[in-house]
Amino acid sequence: MSEKVLMKGNEAIAEAAIRCGCRHYFGYPITPQTEIAAYMSKRMPKIDGTFLQAESEIAAINMVYGCAATGRRAMTSSSSPGISLKAEGMSYLAGADLPALIVNVQRGGPGLGGIQPSQSDYFFMTRGPGHGDFHIIVLAPATVQEMADMTRLAFELGEKYRMPAMLLADGTMGQMMEPVVLPEDTVDPATIPATKPWATTGTEMKRAHNIVNSLYLKPDELEKTNYERFARYAKLEAEECRWEEYLMDDAEVCVVSVGITARVAKNAIVAARKEGIKVGMIRPITLFPFPKAALAKAAAKVKGFLTVELNMGQMNEDVKLAINCAKPVNMCNRVGGMIPSADEVLAAIRKEAK
Amino acid sequence: MTYETIMAGFGGQGLLFSGKVLAHAALIENKELSWLPSYGPEMRGGTCNCSVIVSDDPVGSPIIAHPNVLMVMNEPSLDKFEDTVAPGGTIFVDSSLIERKVRRTDVTVVYIPATQMAKDMEAVSLANMIILGAIVQKLGCVKPETLTAAIKETISARKAALLDLNLKAVALGENFIAG
Repeated sequence: MSEKVLMKGNEAIAEAAIRCGCRHYFGYPITPQTEIAAYMSKRMPKIDGTFLQAESEIAAINMVYGCAATGRRAMTSSSSPGISLKAEGMSYLAGADLPALIVNVQRGGPGLGGIQPSQSDYFFMTRGPGHGDFHIIVLAPATVQEMADMTRLAFELGEKYRMPAMLLADGTMGQMMEPVVLPEDTVDPATIPATKPWATTGTEMKRAHNIVNSLYLKPDELEKTNYERFARYAKLEAEECRWEEYLMDDAEVCVVSVGITARVAKNAIVAARKEGIKVGMIRPITLFPFPKAALAKAAAKVKGFLTVELNMGQMNEDVKLAINCAKPVNMCNRVGGMIPSADEVLAAIRKEAK
Repeated sequence: MTYETIMAGFGGQGLLFSGKVLAHAALIENKELSWLPSYGPEMRGGTCNCSVIVSDDPVGSPIIAHPNVLMVMNEPSLDKFEDTVAPGGTIFVDSSLIERKVRRTDVTVVYIPATQMAKDMEAVSLANMIILGAIVQKLGCVKPETLTAAIKETISARKAALLDLNLKAVALGENFIAG
């Protein structure tokens, strides 16, 4: 095993991406994720990679589109307002079935909002961030270690299912430092395009042209691509849902939370257990696909659910849908860059346990 | 044991750096840890702080609601954090910069004229490291020799000239406690 190093979450994403064979980063600075771009600007020139600060977020995501079409591992990163600008590009990536990594280190909104942590892009990311019928893979890291591990997972799942994949973090996860074991640097970037028979790698006059495109003027053809895409989403949901269960064996109250709030909630759960309250947590790791089955299973045992989130109840809706409203699903939330304290979450858990 | 430390003061006093050194020392000792900075406009000359958790057990939330160690280098920070300190905790006050006394009676207080001590060694920007030395000596959250190793690892090559001064500052803080 390689050695533990101390890194910010943002830096861990950048270094992990490089170690996974990503040699092409296109971005535009915005707090609280700029360390990703800063790190790439230092490292990429030394390893024959590309760091390009584009003229805008829109330009950056379209550069990712072009690069991904050639079969290379490409990525961009931004924070909430910048991700809005990338929506068109994400739709095009999805329409062209291109894998690519997009990192969203969320801050408070709407509009320019603030720069403090938030999870208020949940709906925007999980429902398909752009026009048309589509989804992207959405992963929600809760430790710096997961920031690194999920960078690899995002590239791999994206390529397996030919979809854009997103790391959906929050400002805290990006800014905090923790010990992290980085992935081994075993991927040779030059070998990646050959694993993608659809990529525009040059025909060398030996095969027909590969065409990467999202324009289908014949409705029957376009309909076919939509059905085919959603068949892939169904497979993704059947095979790739990920979540963590914490003290759920005898739980009567199930907390559901992701990212930084899952960590605050863990502290509150430890305190509640000391008071004899039977509370546990399901922490979704994949937000699309959402681990519905795990929640439905829990619904048969618990008295109720409590979502802890940095928005006005966006994941709360997904929990209600997953359990078909079989049990009450209440909420403990703060917004605008505020984060609930463990004491606030504990108070909500006590109320739930009554 | 879990040390939940908040280091707070003005931007430019090196609070994020002293927190980083403490975090590095914890990493060297293979302890569990987290380091979380305040980030945003408050860093430009306004108040600034970082939260460092050093523990034998895995760290839950990196956000500290009730620090058991508080290091303050300006009065607004003392005003802001004094009431949040866990009973029985320790507050380290830079008494060259903060005139008032701590009002709490259920905490240990260490008054250390760190900025004056730093001025005396002609390195006013190292008051943070003097207090860090005092924290480590007083509480033993990491070993003094690990702190030295962490400083050597953390100071960038560009600032290598400052290494000896940093080590001297930490030793001053340690001796202030050890007497």
